[in-house]
Amino acid sequence: MSYFSRRKNNRDLAAIDGRHFGLDQAMTGLSFILLAVIVVIPVFMIIYHAFFFEGKFSPELFSTQLLDKDNLASMWNTIKIAFWVTLLGTIVGVFYAWLLGRSDIPAKGLMRALFNIPYMFPPFLGAMAWDLLLNGRSGYLNRWLMDVFHLSKAPFNINSLGGIVFVELSYYFPFVFMQVVSALERMDPTLEESARIAGAKQTTVIRKITLPLVLPAISAGALLILISSLAHFGVPSILGFSQGIYTLPTRIYAVISRSGGSFDGIRQGAALSIMLVLVVAIALVIQKKVLSSGSYDIIKGKSMRPTLIKLRGAKLPLFLLAVLTLIFIVIVPLAMIFLVGLVKAYGLPLIPENFTLANYVKVFSSSGTLDSIRNSLFVSISAGIICMFLGTLIAYVVQKIRPKGKGVLEVLSVLPYSIPGTVLAIGVILAWSGDLGLNLYNTIWIILVAYLARYLSFSMKTSSAALLQVHPSLEEAARTCGASHTESLKDITLPLIRPAMVSGFFLIFLPAMREVTTSVLLYGPYTRTLGVQIYSLRDAGMMPQAAALGSVAIVLIIICNTIVTQITKDRKGV
Amino acid sequence: MEQIVLRHVTKKFTTKTLGDIVAVDDFNLSVEEGECFSFLGPSGCGKSTTLRMIAGFEDLTEGEIELCGKPVSIKSKNLYVPPENRGLGMVFQAFAVWPHMNVFENVAFPLRLQKMNRTDIERKVKEALHHTSLDGLETTYPSDLSGGQQQRIALARAIVTQPKVMLLDEPLSNLDPKLRETMRFEIKELQKKLGFTIIFVTHDQSEAMAISDRMMVCDMGKIMQIDTPENLYNKPINRFVHSFLGESTFLNVVVRDGKVYAEGDDEQPLDLTIPGDAAERMVVASRPNAIALTQDEGYQTFVEKRIFLTDRTEYIIPVGSQQLKVQTPHRISFREGERCCVRLLEPMWYPMEDEAAEKERMRRQLV
Amino acid sequence: MAKVRFEDITFRYGNHYVLKNFSLEVESGQIMCLVGPSGCGKTTLVRCLLGLGKPETGEIYVGDRCLFSAKRRVNVPAERRNIGIVFQDYAVWPHMTVKENVLYPMKKRKVPKAEAEKRAMHALDQVNMREYANHLPSQLSGGQQQRVAIARALVGSEDLIVMDEPITNLDAKLREQMLAEIREIQRTIGTTILYITHDQQSALQLCDKMAIMQQDGSLCQVGTDEDIILRPESRFAFEFIGVSNFIPVVRQNGRCYLQGGKELIPWEEPIPEDLDLTKKVELGIRPNDIVFDPASPIRGKVKRSVFLGSEYDYFVLLGEKELRVQQSTLDAIQYGIVKEGSEIGLRLLNPRYYES
Repeated sequence: MSYFSRRKNNRDLAAIDGRHFGLDQAMTGLSFILLAVIVVIPVFMIIYHAFFFEGKFSPELFSTQLLDKDNLASMWNTIKIAFWVTLLGTIVGVFYAWLLGRSDIPAKGLMRALFNIPYMFPPFLGAMAWDLLLNGRSGYLNRWLMDVFHLSKAPFNINSLGGIVFVELSYYFPFVFMQVVSALERMDPTLEESARIAGAKQTTVIRKITLPLVLPAISAGALLILISSLAHFGVPSILGFSQGIYTLPTRIYAVISRSGGSFDGIRQGAALSIMLVLVVAIALVIQKKVLSSGSYDIIKGKSMRPTLIKLRGAKLPLFLLAVLTLIFIVIVPLAMIFLVGLVKAYGLPLIPENFTLANYVKVFSSSGTLDSIRNSLFVSISAGIICMFLGTLIAYVVQKIRPKGKGVLEVLSVLPYSIPGTVLAIGVILAWSGDLGLNLYNTIWIILVAYLARYLSFSMKTSSAALLQVHPSLEEAARTCGASHTESLKDITLPLIRPAMVSGFFLIFLPAMREVTTSVLLYGPYTRTLGVQIYSLRDAGMMPQAAALGSVAIVLIIICNTIVTQITKDRKGV
Repeated sequence: MEQIVLRHVTKKFTTKTLGDIVAVDDFNLSVEEGECFSFLGPSGCGKSTTLRMIAGFEDLTEGEIELCGKPVSIKSKNLYVPPENRGLGMVFQAFAVWPHMNVFENVAFPLRLQKMNRTDIERKVKEALHHTSLDGLETTYPSDLSGGQQQRIALARAIVTQPKVMLLDEPLSNLDPKLRETMRFEIKELQKKLGFTIIFVTHDQSEAMAISDRMMVCDMGKIMQIDTPENLYNKPINRFVHSFLGESTFLNVVVRDGKVYAEGDDEQPLDLTIPGDAAERMVVASRPNAIALTQDEGYQTFVEKRIFLTDRTEYIIPVGSQQLKVQTPHRISFREGERCCVRLLEPMWYPMEDEAAEKERMRRQLV
Repeated sequence: MAKVRFEDITFRYGNHYVLKNFSLEVESGQIMCLVGPSGCGKTTLVRCLLGLGKPETGEIYVGDRCLFSAKRRVNVPAERRNIGIVFQDYAVWPHMTVKENVLYPMKKRKVPKAEAEKRAMHALDQVNMREYANHLPSQLSGGQQQRVAIARALVGSEDLIVMDEPITNLDAKLREQMLAEIREIQRTIGTTILYITHDQQSALQLCDKMAIMQQDGSLCQVGTDEDIILRPESRFAFEFIGVSNFIPVVRQNGRCYLQGGKELIPWEEPIPEDLDLTKKVELGIRPNDIVFDPASPIRGKVKRSVFLGSEYDYFVLLGEKELRVQQSTLDAIQYGIVKEGSEIGLRLLNPRYYES
């Protein structure tokens, strides 16, 4: 048989030049197209509409919005709140991180778990709870204090800048807490021990060695707080509207809902969005600078338990302080939501005689509420599943195929998360309300599209991290065992990153279930989400029903979270 | 003068998986001034724990420790001097140089804590950097330096306060083999110049032998033998020390009717003098290079496998049902399968190890 | 078992040639150790053999089968090359049990289930891992994982197994043991093994034949262990294979001298006739080939002596040139240990000369 005749029917002579269009190229192309549709178009639309009107460049809108007194006031509020939340959140976070990471305080495991609760608990529910407790006029705690101490005025007013800072603080300090705790745990204990040998007392070691070494972790957490707080919608909207306190995100919402969703209102919103984006961008630039200036390499060496610092006499007071903090930020708001959900009418004392299950019955018999649960489940599960695959696809392209322009892919998939949810919502409205030939406005699909953009980076990051753990030799070993490229993907790589994909799903599903920032701008008459429904019930003054639905949401979230921890715990070592 | 004294030092841990473990069991030893003393043993033998007790990072369960004539830990009197007041120098395996300080600041740190004035600090840091060949690197940050240089910073930081006692916890294990050898000599040179006492913890026997005046070999929380490297190598007290220091080859033997038979061969006796206290079953140990491989002298057998190494030839020789490892210079040459005779030149006799000890070792390795 | 042939392989990244016209033959049923410093292109060669990298030119044959030929445009994909491979990092799939790992190659090659099961258990027997068949890799130690990888390679190919630094991640004791096991397995089945390592010691312990690769990717010597140790052909081979001393040799006024820094020491031993002393010539000698001999006219000064157990390690100054000398402990006890600082005569045995 001549060489040429053999070539036709022998698969061994596969393309030597690699010129054929393979799986890798297809995946790369698909990634670029999907990201262009999901991310690039909405972002482009905002910029376009803020500066262009009917196809012509018109910067007037932007400049009038920029000089508007109310807008400037809300921008100033945004910055003030973010500053205080960041400052206080960092102090609280570092203090508790050190207490749990380095001291011999009791019940560490339990406390760590509890300190993570605010992280999964939706802040706007917390704001609702605190509003119920400390509302300037009708808060339960305020009224009780007035009764007991015969005060003529409410002692606290949660509907203030201070109140907003307090509630945001209690939800954002875990950012710093978690970063610093893990840095402390990974830190090589001999770094501290060698300072002791050098003659430093314990307190000197903390000041001169420990703190400087975890500084990168602290600043990373602090900037995360700063950026989140700048873009935050839930808390200021619940606590601020009644007193006319606006931040940029709530102002955008107010402008749009006041205009009844007209195009003019949306354009105004787009211009405001640019303002918000500018503020956030400054924070992002700082973040990039700080993070690239480098974290120290502090994790060398054999793993050893760090020597714990004996608190001695301070142990009990510090323990009580920690417990008290936990009660305040976790238990009180939770209990409040559950109790008010049981009460017959808002304002009645919280005693068993006034309790009823009627609110729950109402919640579950009203079609609007059931719809909202169904809607939320639908968009959250869909967004979770789609992002899980999409994120993994992009992660695979970026980590394993490494085509030209992989940096662009990476940036594009992470970009929407840096964009405040409010802004993203406007971009999605502008992009998918018919301008580009596809009108999704007032349908559930527009919310789904927004969620995809917002949460894609979550699954991308988890899958990326997992893929990095899959050493190329694992796939290569499969190839030499007789598996084709596709088969080795299917048999080896996918099973290995499956746990990460599943946790990526839950990382998206959970926040999506409680999402309110973007959906509050995107919902239509029949497409309320769970968060929007709670929000509207409260807006309509139906506090107990809102609280009852809130309790349902919390229970749902806790159940899902337990599932996640179980899954991640059982995952097989890679 | 005795500079470091341990009396009845004991440390017990309770672990979740394995229950109680005696990590350090009744250690008694004293180290002379200016001596280089090594703690040598496999992981989990208690050497690091002992060092950490001397440094003051670990509490004692029982016993007492004296440094430079002063007690620093006495369990019965509840006396405990914290590490910062023990006046020690210490170097760790992972270097533990502070990444947020430059070389000068790292080395100056102990002096600043002593509230020394600026000119003195500068002078002393300069000296220490000179001793460790780090001149001119004052303003460099550790992350820009190699592993060897980082370990030199740690060394400079340890000597800058001129401590009498230097604790070195596997200081060379993170370096590559070539550098390890150079650093070994540098540490010895420094000791000669500055005259401190060294406690050197390592699991690498050749490193310990090369650097120590005396060493302690321990296993499973017990001291096995304390002696000079030569004596430990030439007169190991038990089978463990024999196999841990240098290469060894062992034969299980049966003593019968005044003759010695290798297990698996009841016919041909080995040409060995039986010590007076020999039991019926014993282990005979030898260094592979202390076995004569000849045409006609000794136990008759053949070459099963020959391995050419750079500086010697290694033979695997069957004896009874066992195998003997023999090393000879290249000039003594046998082919594979060729008949030969072996004779142990300097055999050592040990009792058979019991299974309980084996089990305990396995258990500890899981900690 | 099969013969492996690399012919004229060239591989490059941009302008950097990793391999240039590289040719090598591995005989059937042998263990060939390919040794060389890290970064010399050994791993690239293996990847070309496995089909994970594509050379620019050349041909690769296993037995009669052509796996790659640039001229004839043949490039068999990796999954159809039937070569067993053991990687440095084990590459045992963590989501499969030991048995599933070993069954996988046969599943892909459509071996009937019963037959596959039998062969898998047999392979596990060979590496003493049968009792761990249902364990997950995370429950195994590094050495055990590597055994699984070997078993997987064994069922994957009877002809040829490639091992790329398979024992580097293991500790010293275990390394020795694994080498013995690999040798044993090879002996019982007779597979051809291509063993890649940077560690010449383990290569010597294992190989039938050895090929030394230089930093630039070229071969500097191929031969049996005996050839390579007793007759290293180049300075690189001599230096790479063990601790070595090099002393420059010069000729002045018709006499030969060893050059110890500035000092010239007369060298009376016969030197090979074909040696061109107009070029730079060095005498290479192993530390244990330098022997203390009070009567020798070549005098050295002992700078440092270190006890290493089976031998004493000396640093001896010949003029200003520092030499490593090793004396076995038995000799040291017999003839006495040389004190630091003392002067002593040296005899140089088995010197080798290299032009550079």
